[in-house]
Amino acid sequence: MVSHTKEGILKLLSVIADPEIPVVSIQEMGMLRDVVVSDEVVEIIITPTYSGCPAMGIIEQDIRMTLEQNGVKPARVTLVYDPAWTTDWMSNAAKEKLRQYGIAPPLHSTCSQEVFGHNMIECPRCQSYNTVLLSRFGSTACKSLYKCNDCKEPFEYFKCH
Amino acid sequence: MIMTEQQALYTYALRLGDNALIQSYRLSEWCSNGPILEEDLALTNFALDMTGRAQALLTYAGQIEGKGQTDDDLAYRRGERSFYNQLIFELPNGDFAFTIARLLFTSTYEYFFFEQLQHSADKTLAAIAAKTLKEVKYHRAHATDWTLRLGDGTEQSHNRMQKAINELWMYTGELFATDETEGLLEDRNIAADLAPIREKWNNHINRILEEATMAIPVAGYMQSGGRKGIHSEHLGHILSEMQYLQRAYPDATW
Repeated sequence: MVSHTKEGILKLLSVIADPEIPVVSIQEMGMLRDVVVSDEVVEIIITPTYSGCPAMGIIEQDIRMTLEQNGVKPARVTLVYDPAWTTDWMSNAAKEKLRQYGIAPPLHSTCSQEVFGHNMIECPRCQSYNTVLLSRFGSTACKSLYKCNDCKEPFEYFKCH
Repeated sequence: MIMTEQQALYTYALRLGDNALIQSYRLSEWCSNGPILEEDLALTNFALDMTGRAQALLTYAGQIEGKGQTDDDLAYRRGERSFYNQLIFELPNGDFAFTIARLLFTSTYEYFFFEQLQHSADKTLAAIAAKTLKEVKYHRAHATDWTLRLGDGTEQSHNRMQKAINELWMYTGELFATDETEGLLEDRNIAADLAPIREKWNNHINRILEEATMAIPVAGYMQSGGRKGIHSEHLGHILSEMQYLQRAYPDATW
């Protein structure tokens, strides 16, 4: 028997961090899509950032554990692909947290041109725009590698998606 | 025997899922073997995208079949003759030029393919296609960059790229092959219509190859078979490694 409200459960889940970027929560990232409370079960709907996001298993486990610890059961975690995740869903607060963490946040959402174009990416450390792309692909699928020509530090840029 | 929509959809999902899975396997083989570290990261990132896509499609195939098979069951316990990927995906990586030429051909195909499949009447396929399209854009951009760089590079890189393109050409015809499976699903607006995709593919590939100073191969014999389960000797080697654990120790978990 479920006795929790949707809002209450969302609040419980709001503390779950993105396993790969622990300064932001899965809610701020836009990966936590919905909570559906029925008489029988609580359904948590999540979506991956990239199809092959290896963090999904850990996120599902974290959700289950959080719910269990708070006596919310039975619960079901459902993975959906529609609508496809976009960096548009990332809150401004989350983008600011990324910057402070040393990751340049996504510039905008329309990424079709970005793949080919040369954007000016701001260094998250010294705010210089004198930066250069080192590698389109970084430590995770969602980031590319840049270098700042002013402070000489390498940094990651969260790609628009 | 008349094919039902369920049977056609099952085959269709397997074909797309197997393309992603086998492609992912080949790209993963570049892990720690890339010409530069950045390339290691790029190719293995693509492989990860494709593993995710394979998971989604094989999970869906299992649901359509309705016999309780999971994505893992379909990946690890199917025999070679029941794999339906197109042959181009299972060919060994060759040198870097060969891998890039294949990626150019396949990612260009997938770009136009999923662009259309995202409007499929089948909601699950449409959702997977929309998600995949975002990722394939990166794959195609990367393959295009490298084709230009290698093709219009040194004599050595140009010759290797040309050799790769010539060798791969006979496997590109199968990308546009259709049979009763596509026919049935196309009538119901589920499958992508390959005729306009072929035209877009030809235009894009011709343009890139020209810009890369490469000669476009002349039309000739096209090899096919993979979509029907008739493979080259290479798939068996992939499966013997990929399926080893579940074959040797069925139901092993960790």
